[in-house]
Parts: sequence; structure tokens; C-alpha cells
Amino acid sequence: MNFLKPSLFVASLMLALPVAAQEVLTIGVRSEASSLDPHWTQLSADVQVHEHIFEKLVALDPTSQPIPGLAVSWGPIDDLTWEFKLREGVMWHDGEAFTADDVIFSFDRLRAGISGAPASPAFQLEKGLKQWTRIDDYTIQISTSEPYPTVAEDLAMLPIIAEHAAQGVTESVDFNSGLATIGTGPYMFEEYSPGSRVTVVQNPNWWGGDVEWDQVVFRPITQDASRLAALLNGDVDMIDYPPTIDLPQLLDDPDFTVSTIAADRLIYLMPGYKHIERFITDNDGNVMVPNPMRDWRVRRALSLAIDRNAIRDRVMGGASLPTRNIVPPGFFGYVDALEADPYDPDAARALLEQAGYGDGFNIVLHGPNDRYVNDARILEVVAQMWSRVGITTEVDAMPRNIFFSRLIRGDELTMPGFDVPEFSMSLTGWGTVAGEATYTVSGTLETYNAATGGGNGNFGRYSNPEIDARSVLAKQTVDGEERLRLLQEAITIGMDDYAYIPLHFQVNNWAMRAGLEHQPRTNERTMAMDVSATE
Amino acid sequence: MSSVSQTPTAGSPRELARRFVSVPSAVIALVVFILFCIIGFGAPLIAPQNPYDLRQVDILDSLMPPGSQSYTGLTYWLGTDGQGRDMLSAMLYGIRISLIVGLLSGFLALVVGTFVGLIAAYRRGWVDTLLMRIVDLQLSFPTILVALILLVILGRGVDKIIFALVVVQWAYFARTVRGVALVEGAREYVDAARGLRLGGMRILFRHILPNCLPTILVVATVQMAMAISLEATLSFLGLGLPPTRPSLGLLIANGFDYLQSGRYWISVLPGIVLLGIIISANVLGDRLRDILNPRL
Amino acid sequence: MAEFIIKRVLQAMVVLLIMTVLVFFGVNVIGNPVYIFASSECDQACLTKTIAELGLDRPLWEQYFVFLSNLLQGDLGNSFTHGIPALSLIFERLPATLELAICALAMALGFGLPLGIWAGLHPDTIISRCIMAFSMIAFSLPVFWIGLIMILTFSVQLGWMPAVGRGDTVDVFGTELSALTLDGLHHLVMPAFTLSLIMMAIVIRLTRAGMREVIFADYIKFARANGIRERRILTTHVMKNLLIPIVTVLGMEFGGVIAFAVVVESIFSWPGVGKMLIDAIGVLDRPLIVAYLIFVVFMFVVLNLLVDILYSLLDPRVRLGGNQT
Repeated sequence: MNFLKPSLFVASLMLALPVAAQEVLTIGVRSEASSLDPHWTQLSADVQVHEHIFEKLVALDPTSQPIPGLAVSWGPIDDLTWEFKLREGVMWHDGEAFTADDVIFSFDRLRAGISGAPASPAFQLEKGLKQWTRIDDYTIQISTSEPYPTVAEDLAMLPIIAEHAAQGVTESVDFNSGLATIGTGPYMFEEYSPGSRVTVVQNPNWWGGDVEWDQVVFRPITQDASRLAALLNGDVDMIDYPPTIDLPQLLDDPDFTVSTIAADRLIYLMPGYKHIERFITDNDGNVMVPNPMRDWRVRRALSLAIDRNAIRDRVMGGASLPTRNIVPPGFFGYVDALEADPYDPDAARALLEQAGYGDGFNIVLHGPNDRYVNDARILEVVAQMWSRVGITTEVDAMPRNIFFSRLIRGDELTMPGFDVPEFSMSLTGWGTVAGEATYTVSGTLETYNAATGGGNGNFGRYSNPEIDARSVLAKQTVDGEERLRLLQEAITIGMDDYAYIPLHFQVNNWAMRAGLEHQPRTNERTMAMDVSATE
Repeated sequence: MSSVSQTPTAGSPRELARRFVSVPSAVIALVVFILFCIIGFGAPLIAPQNPYDLRQVDILDSLMPPGSQSYTGLTYWLGTDGQGRDMLSAMLYGIRISLIVGLLSGFLALVVGTFVGLIAAYRRGWVDTLLMRIVDLQLSFPTILVALILLVILGRGVDKIIFALVVVQWAYFARTVRGVALVEGAREYVDAARGLRLGGMRILFRHILPNCLPTILVVATVQMAMAISLEATLSFLGLGLPPTRPSLGLLIANGFDYLQSGRYWISVLPGIVLLGIIISANVLGDRLRDILNPRL
Repeated sequence: MAEFIIKRVLQAMVVLLIMTVLVFFGVNVIGNPVYIFASSECDQACLTKTIAELGLDRPLWEQYFVFLSNLLQGDLGNSFTHGIPALSLIFERLPATLELAICALAMALGFGLPLGIWAGLHPDTIISRCIMAFSMIAFSLPVFWIGLIMILTFSVQLGWMPAVGRGDTVDVFGTELSALTLDGLHHLVMPAFTLSLIMMAIVIRLTRAGMREVIFADYIKFARANGIRERRILTTHVMKNLLIPIVTVLGMEFGGVIAFAVVVESIFSWPGVGKMLIDAIGVLDRPLIVAYLIFVVFMFVVLNLLVDILYSLLDPRVRLGGNQT
């Protein structure tokens, strides 16, 4: 169980051979990879490390659009079947050849279940009840139970591991030790020391051509300020999530550069639609019937009362993109016509007056304080703004470990057996990892339905048959243009109804020493393949 | 460190007060501490802004350096934090919360601990053994670790952190009081009281307790300083108080994010105030120990 | 004697059992870890499956008995996050924490003893007052605040010290140590010093108090009267008497140092068990939290047991249950 290697040995080697200067890239990351078993979780912190070692049939470009990975081409051959042509001549890190058997092995392993895995990507295979068949060494077919448009997007989440290396190994453990960590990617496993670092080294035989760095080291540094300090004094070459407050200073500093991209993560406020919401009370402290959130005008007033530009400038250090869309620009499903709401407190007050809430009411705004960029600060500022139009808002920010349990089924104790979300108004985020809007619409706007999985992120329990019809249809429509129309209609209906109140897309930043160039990604992942030296 | 088991030398309150006044550092510490109490508990009256009333806080005024003016004409003498809160007001209210947590948890721990200690010393036998086993067990675990785990389970809030602090502190009082009470209990006047057939409770509270008070006072002062420091540390780790009602510890933690960009006032000023409170309490405890109990 | 030891061992086991109940039930009532890890696309069926996979759908008491029977076989369960046995994670991280704690201890003694002795020998000088003031401030400063100010001053402003991490390490019998490489030492100095301050303050005060007491003791006066040199008096008689309380207190405070390492490790990203605990709390890695706590409880209970037994060997009165105030 010893993952540790004598680093002094490496250090002394490096001292002894000063000529062969190694090109090493050290990256300070906010979250640590929890395991090097690529089927263990689908968390960004894990996947960004896995991607160096393991590849998928379908890769993603910087804006999360599918591009060829271990598959060179794919397409539907009938309504229910997709065919994938695999790349020939690809070698595993130990020199064995990659074939369709490895793909079948990987999918079978996922379907069998990864014992003990908290967030395995295996559920991607259950969407559309996918079945897979090996046609020949370099062809596989995927069939689904009904017409299913996003097979390629789903496969972009499923890493391929080597059958000969991973046969019968222990989940997670044998990948962390390096035993089964044989991939096809541009970098090869070197060392995994939990809490301290993950090291990968160049794969000289990568099918994709030259690899920039000889060695890449990921170092987890959780505290924002410490991570920045590590960059400033040269401990690391690059960090993710630099504190937004220090961005202006970093931008001015010639010794450092910052890369920026609008992320796929929407930050929004979700009102509760239950008949009685216990965190919404009138001025005497009584629960309100009817629940004011069920009035469209109230929701619109809440949106107009928020000064999104002030949040961007004062809280986010300029790093946010105010919006009323649910997927970022450039993504399949983006609606040009939806522009961010202006800041108009007077109109908000008028709308509240009209709806009969001129005297205001009280609301508790819940949210996490360690999940999204500046989440707790956003909560406080929104509370300020709402309080000023007469809705006295109290903030209850909590660590994500408490927040998400209460958000998803916090009232379980009072109503056993029901998945009853607790909060009446909460701040959450939704990342459109697939690069297109089908599952964002289905997850956040569709009526909650435990059986079909619809509305699994719809914690306000919003329900609108107009949207449901379009969303359910879109999930089965393979034709791109038709699906786009359905999705855009659903989004427009939902947003015009203020099903929830979008604030902004996170704009992600990376900071690095001068002399490095970084092509950032919308999906927040930090990868050495995107970094090159300029001199 | 805080276990004081010797009998305090007898002395009239007036004699003790005279000795106290003759030590300048003790007087200064007391005055400073009382000053902090006055401005802390008077915060709602003297603070220019109510930092809990979100209508008065404006994000557009965030991160202003000390001495800036808001558009409403209010001067931020100590600047503003990331939310646009007036730092002076936030600190005054922060002092209040830190003091409430320190004083209340210290007092509750004192009550519980003293009671347990007295009972143990008076009943002896298996009661004493059992209670002291529990105290030993409690003291063998590092306070911060116990408080941390309790807060993870309980969640955040003033009541919860006070509860956690009482749980980690009562044992100090119990052990100390038991020690003093055992010595006191062996004295002639207690025998005399027993001879007069005074009730057990009466002997405990009328005769033994008053003689334990000086020791309790010393332990209480030191424990209160520790409680304030512990609360700040736990809040820094994100486990203490909710961010909308910031204590000094939380203000420091929030300000740390701004230190590197040169906005020192958000973190450094509350840090200095926190230090002032803790040092004045510790000096006070230290001098009280000297005065009430010259052997230590 | 045997009876006393058996009694104490039984007591310790009862304490351990009670603590497993408290820790297990305490940690398992908070939140549901599945919701933290699960992707936003993971629907109800997927959530239910994961919950069952982790055994979280079974009644808590049943989970507890599974846990207890595994515990008796030395298995504290697998970490949810890493999928590695929790105990091996702890042992992997422990050397870093111990290294930090021992260095802090060494610093506390290295600075604290001489300062305390000096202050004890020359009590009324200005320097002595400064030393005592320093000890008062060091005792009062919240650890996290010192850490932040140190990073700000020495890493960011002056750029002398690395802000985070362990630096290069050497493998000594399977454990990595930082203190044996220059780079590692460089990384070690700031966190160790931060951690040592409180202990240093205590050492200074104890040493000074001990010095004041010893220096006027009769046997020292005798030694002086007999013309034994001051230096010799200091090294043999005085030091011997000083060390006893210091060793006792350090033994007690060492647990506190391990605990405060939680704070220091999270500020300096030192990869020890303390940081592991904070990370585990952040993602509700229940088995890891429970394992860490049980491990700590076990450590303290066993240490106390050993101390008790040692005392009883040295001093038969303890066995008879005399007053130990």
C-alpha cells in the first residue's frame, strides 16, 4: 500500500543531470483527485487528472463540443443504433494494442457497478438503456431502447480502461497504486500521494503527436489565499480558481497572466412552489397562504430587484456573465433573444404592489458557502438588494455537506418517504457538462418525476405542462434542428415564466506565471494539454 | 496549566482589592477589558450602522479604505468589507458576539463544573470516582478537536457554539473546584458545621463554595479568554458562527481573502481587537492568580 | 497489581466502546454524502442505487454493528472518497503530522527553555519582562491568525518562505520525511513555528516558575555555600528539577499540538491527518471521519492507560485510590 516513492532519488538525479532540463509543469488545484480509478467519480477534480492518463471514445473541445477521441467517427445507422469506428494503431502505455475489446470491457465493468464508488459515471449507460456490441476489432455499435440523440455526448463521459491491466483488480486501490493505471492518454501515471500530489509523465508514443511537458504535477491547495500565495512565490506554475478579488492585481502584474472563459455553470435562485413554504412569512411571522412565489409577478420582481452588474463588478471581480439563459453562449440550446434582466428596483416595487405584497414579506435565502465561486457573498448581496425593495431577506449559508442534503430532501423527517426539498429560496448551480441543453432543460425545468428522472434538479418543484411536453419529446428527437427548436421553446417558456431566477454564468479564471499560455475550457477542467510555454 | 489546587490565602475583600490596585498591569488589563465590554454591549447605541440590517449595507460601497465616504454622507472611519459593511460597526458588533460567546460559555461551564466538582468532593466514594473518571476522560481529549466534531454534528449558530464550548470547558472547573473543596472540606470550620448538624447542601454552598470562589475566578478568566480564541478559530475553519452575524474570528477569516491585494483593514483591525481582548483577559487571570494565590 | 491493571484495561475498553457509539451515531446523522458527490445528471434511480451501494439504506443500528464487527477485525472501513481503507490513509498521512508536531515541540523547548531560565535567573530586568510579555502574547494569539500573518509577511511580501506543502521528502523505512532535505526544512519552518508558539509560551512560564522555586531551595543554597560553581549548579541540580514538570506538561500538551495541527495544516496545506480530517468533513466522508476519531480516541485512551499503569508501578498509593488532587 505504499504509493510513495523516494523523491530524493529523483531530486538527486535531477541535480546530477542539469543538462537534460526537465520541462515540469506544477499546477495548484483547489480540489484534489479522490481516486485515479476513472470509473470512480465524475467530479471535475477527478476527471481533469484522469483525462491525462485515460481517454474516451469521444473527446470534448474547449467549448465542450464532441470531437474524435479513441473513436474516429460515429453516427446513427438507424433510429435505435449508433455505430462508432475506433482509432487504429493506438497503444496502451505498456505497449499493448487498443481494440474494441477494451471498450466492451470498460462498459461491462461500469454496468456491473463499481463497488463503493460514490459517484460513478455508470449512470450514463442507463440513460436510454444502452446496449453495446462488438462488430470487429475497431467497430462497436450502441443500441438504445428508444430514439436517443445524445449517445456521443454520453460516451464523452466514459473513460476506456485496459482490459489486460484492469481485469479483476480492486476498485480504486489498484488504480491509485499504479497497478491498473494503464491508459492511452498523453501522460502516464507516475505517483499518487493523497493530500500531497499526483504526478504524471510524458507518454512518448501518444497517437496525438508531441506532448508539451515532460512531467506534470497536480498539488491540491484548498485555501484560496494559500493557493494564490503559492503561485506568487513560485511554488507552482499555475493555479485554478484564483481569488476573484485579486484578479485586477494579477492582470496588471507583468509576471503573471490570467486566462478566462465563461463556464457552463449557471448560478441561479430557485423559488419553492409548495403550497406552504415555511421560510416565507408575512410581517407578523406567519406562514403565507397562498405562497407568494406562485405568483409570476413576485418572481419577476425578485429578478428585477437584483443588480447583476454590481454583483459582477463588486463581488466577482468582473468574472461573471449576467444572463437569463440556462446554457452559455455557443452551447446547443442557447437562446439569443433572452437578455439578462435590467436592474429596476422601482419596477420591482410596482410589481409587488400589483401582486398585493406592497408591504413586503420575509424570506430566508439558503445556499452553500463552499461550493460555487463567492457563493456566500452572492447570497448576502442578493439579500441586501431584496431587502431594499421590501422583501426582508435573511441569509442562511452552510457548508455544502449540509446544504445539498437539506436541499434535495430536507423535509424527509416530517414527511417520510417523500423526496421533499426543504428550502423556500436557495442558490444553486447547474453545470451543462454535455455541452448541450437537453439534460439541463430536463433536469431543471421538467416536472419532478422520480420514475423517469425528469426534473431531478428541480428542487423548487416547478411544474409546467407546456415545458414537459417539449422536454420529453426533445429527449427522443435525433434530428438536430427539430431538437434545437423544442429546447429553445422550452427554455423561453420557462424563463419568461421565471421558473427560476438566473443570476450569471461563472466566468472561470486560471492564473499562471508569465511565459505560459493556456486555452481554458468551459467545463472548468484544468489540464496540462491546454498549457504551452511561449518562449 | 489552569489547575490551581492550593488553598487561597485568606484575606478580606478589601485587602485583596488593595493588593489588586497596587499591581498596575492588573488594573490596566481590567480597565481595557471593561472598556471592551462597554463598547461591545453598547454597540447598537454607538455603531454608525447596523451591520445586520441589510437595507443599510450597500455592495456599491464595498472594499473602501478607511476614511472613505459613502454617497449618503456616512464616513467609513475604518473602511468597509467585501459586502460594503462599515468595518467599525461590524467590529463593534463582532466584539459583542465574541464577548457574549466567551462570557456566556464561561459562565455556564463554571456553573456546571462547580456543581459537579462540589458534589464530587462532598459525596466522595463512587460518585467522586465516576465523576472524576469522566473529567479525566474529557480532559484527555484536545478541546479544539471535541468542539470541532460537536459543531460538525450540530451545525452553526451562537447557541450551538456556546453549547460546544461549555462541553469542552466544564471539566476544568470541575477538577479545580473539587481539589479546593476537598482541602476546604477537611478544615475545622466544616467539622464544626457538621457538628451543628447543618444540612449537606448548606455546608456546601454557604461554607465551602465561598472559599472556592477566588480559584474559580482565576480559572474563569483564563477559560473565557480561551473560549473567545477557540470561537475565532472554529469560525475561521467555517464551523462556528453564520457569516451574516460575523464575530471577530469570522471577520478575520473573511478579510484574509483580501490581504494579498493590500486591503489590510478587513483582517488586521479585527485581529488587533481580538488580540486586545484575549491578552487583557489573560493578563487579568494571570495577575488574579498572583494576587489571590501568591504561591503560584 | 494484576487486578489493578485488569480493572484499568476493562475500564479503557468500556470507554472505547462508548466512544465508538458516540462517534458513529454522531457522524452518521449529518447530511447525506451521496448528494455531494452525485453529478447533477444523476437521477433518483441513480441516487438510490448509489445509496444502496454504500450501505446507507440500512438502519443505522445495523450499520453500527457491521462497523463494530469490522472494527474488531481491525478494519475501519473504506473511505467514501478514495475507496482506500481508511486506516491505511491515516497511517500514510500520520508521519507528516508527527513530523510537524515533533518539530514544533523541539522549537518550543529550544527557544522556551533558555528564555525561561534567563527570565528566572534575572527576574526584574527589562529583558525578562519582555520575555514574559512575549510568552503572554504567544499564549493569547489564535493559531490561525499567526499562520495567516506569517504567510503574508514571509511568503507574499518578502518571498523568503514557501507558503504551502511539504517540499522534497526522503523515504526513511517507508515513511517520507521533510526534515532531512533542505527544501523540506524550508517548508517545515513556518508551520512548525506557528504550531510551537503556544507550547513555547507554556514552557517559558513553567521554566521561569521552576527556576524561581529551585533557586531558593535549601539544597541549592547548600551547594552555593559549599563553593560549587554556578554553572555546575545550573546544569546538574537546577536542570534536573526543572525537567520533571516540563516533561509532564509536554506529555499532556502533545495531544493539544496534534489537535491544533488541524488548523495549521489547513492553512499551510500540510498533507497530514489534520488536513485530511477537514477535507473529509467537507465532503462528508463518514468512514474516514469516524476512523480518524476512533484512531485518536484509541491513541489517547491507550496513552492514558499506560501512564496510569506506570504511575501505579512507581507509586503504590495510586492503586489504593488515595487522593490525587
